[in-house]
Amino acid sequence: MHIVVCIKQVPDSAQIRVHPVTNTIMRQGVPTIVNPYDLFALESALELRDKLGAEVTVLTMGPPMAEDTLRKALGFGADRAVLLTDRAFAGSDTLATSFALAQAIRRIGEEWGVPEIVFTGKQTIDGDTAQVGPGIARRLGLNQVTYVSAITEVDPAAGTIALQRRAEGGVQELTTRLPALITMLEGSSEVRRGSLPDALRAARAQIVVWNAAQSGITDMAKTGLRGSPTVVKRVFAPPARAEKAELIDTTAKSHADLAEALIVRLYDRRPALETDLLRMAAGY
Amino acid sequence: MKKELPEHFKAYRHVWVFVEYEHGAIHPVSLELLGEGRKLADKLGVELAGVLLGADRDTMIEVAAEVWEHGADLVYMVADPILEHYRNEPFTQAVTDVVNTYKPEILLLGATVLGRDLAGSVATTLLTGLTADCTELAIDDERSLAATRPTFGGSLLCTIHTLNYRPQMATVRPRVLPMPPRQPGRTGRLIERALDMREDDVVTKVLRFLPDRDSAKSQLAYADIVVAGGLGLRSPENLQLVRALADVLGGDWGGSRPLVQKGWMPADRQIGQTGKTIRPKLYVAAGISGAIQHRVGVEGADLIIAINTDPNAPIFDFAHLGIVADAIEMLPALTEAFRRRLSVNRLAG
Repeated sequence: MHIVVCIKQVPDSAQIRVHPVTNTIMRQGVPTIVNPYDLFALESALELRDKLGAEVTVLTMGPPMAEDTLRKALGFGADRAVLLTDRAFAGSDTLATSFALAQAIRRIGEEWGVPEIVFTGKQTIDGDTAQVGPGIARRLGLNQVTYVSAITEVDPAAGTIALQRRAEGGVQELTTRLPALITMLEGSSEVRRGSLPDALRAARAQIVVWNAAQSGITDMAKTGLRGSPTVVKRVFAPPARAEKAELIDTTAKSHADLAEALIVRLYDRRPALETDLLRMAAGY
Repeated sequence: MKKELPEHFKAYRHVWVFVEYEHGAIHPVSLELLGEGRKLADKLGVELAGVLLGADRDTMIEVAAEVWEHGADLVYMVADPILEHYRNEPFTQAVTDVVNTYKPEILLLGATVLGRDLAGSVATTLLTGLTADCTELAIDDERSLAATRPTFGGSLLCTIHTLNYRPQMATVRPRVLPMPPRQPGRTGRLIERALDMREDDVVTKVLRFLPDRDSAKSQLAYADIVVAGGLGLRSPENLQLVRALADVLGGDWGGSRPLVQKGWMPADRQIGQTGKTIRPKLYVAAGISGAIQHRVGVEGADLIIAINTDPNAPIFDFAHLGIVADAIEMLPALTEAFRRRLSVNRLAG
């Protein structure tokens, strides 16, 4: 069995700062990490490999420095890493991204065998769109199952897979046929620590680097800004609220007095709220 | 960058809302979208339609009435037993077929688990633009949909357009738009469309649906009163203080992202950019600093009370009322004060 895992290098969102004047992201010096959701996708792939025997190829699209992310994945135990990188991809929206990744997965299939499963995380923490996985599935004609919380059974011989999926208001238990694209939910399994031999191998491993042409992309009009139907027209910081909070004077007051003072000010500002609260307290 | 819209897209008109209908009910976000869609359609001078998919035709006709009563002029309906449970394949086929036949200029879906699974597939099939998880929609001077969404964890907002492709698609986060009033008796047209698919064609089978237990089914997003805690609570046991105040107020409770990361509470209680967006009448934030990613999820609250020991905490920049105090001491005092007032007044009434 061959499994492809799509991962992305993202800025560590906890350390993002916005330039106060230009309203642009100050990327400089912000550490990058593997998109945390993708680690669950990778872990699921490695678990299947441990159980059933398989080859795991990790794929990322990004600038040359995204190689770090692939080495990290190799350190967890992935067998092979492919970096898809080309200036022509700059400015890709989700449609153009899924086009390029789908083409790279086709090419991976030609080189090392058509994958039975393509995994992605449920979404990235920088874009938060959750659109690229479904886009890849559609372009490659894979059966799509998103927000998967557990893979219960895979039968490579029969070409079937059984899974649990987080749906609205509950969990769906489903079966589908391979090849499939699966996006994994966080917490779906415990992410392993890489072994020392894997870490050593990751440091030395040869990473496969493809540009657009090498991945088999011929129609450049479908990539990058040109291939993106969406256009970002404006980027801005959330507008500040004109007034700050009215602070209750805390000098020499007990907490009970403060609570009373707060409720008085609350009912002054929202008289209707008192009636609402009384109604709710009365149980209707 | 701006080109003339290609000729074959000029026939695309009207605003559509995908009506998320499952387990016998419409998801509230679809009604919120009908309210917003009505405004967009009026601005464009076009009609508003709902797209309704499901298994049982008779009940769906009743559901269609609910869609009209929330502002739609017409409902496109596909009724087929294959559409009993949500599955990507038949839903994508049904929606793309209706879009290709009746050609909307705008198609909106809720940014729910279902909506996001479906929207990505539909947009890729149609090869059009899709903007995820929007918090604001508008029509610009060139009749283009301006879809605004938070990015980079809520630190920035960006406004995205789909210029030369149709339909313009967006998913919108539940609870950021107000619920439109229901207009009883308002009716509209119904257009039915058959699904060109047999069950044998659908590869994915739903074996079972296990509904969430009630305790886990947090209705947080739609609660009128919400009390939430942050790291200022100092230990997971103190979440009890948050719940006690929520109980007295008849509300629901939640917390900020670090509490989920620390394992103090389940992820479905998280409020903020990566958790739930809330729009309560009253929101009490106890021991929450108010990072931008939290602010994104609570700005729609009608009144925000902040309790924090740090007078410079960003929460005081967007709360309406604040107390610089320790949440652990303030919460029980507030609970007691509300309890007394609410019970005294009840006896008097």
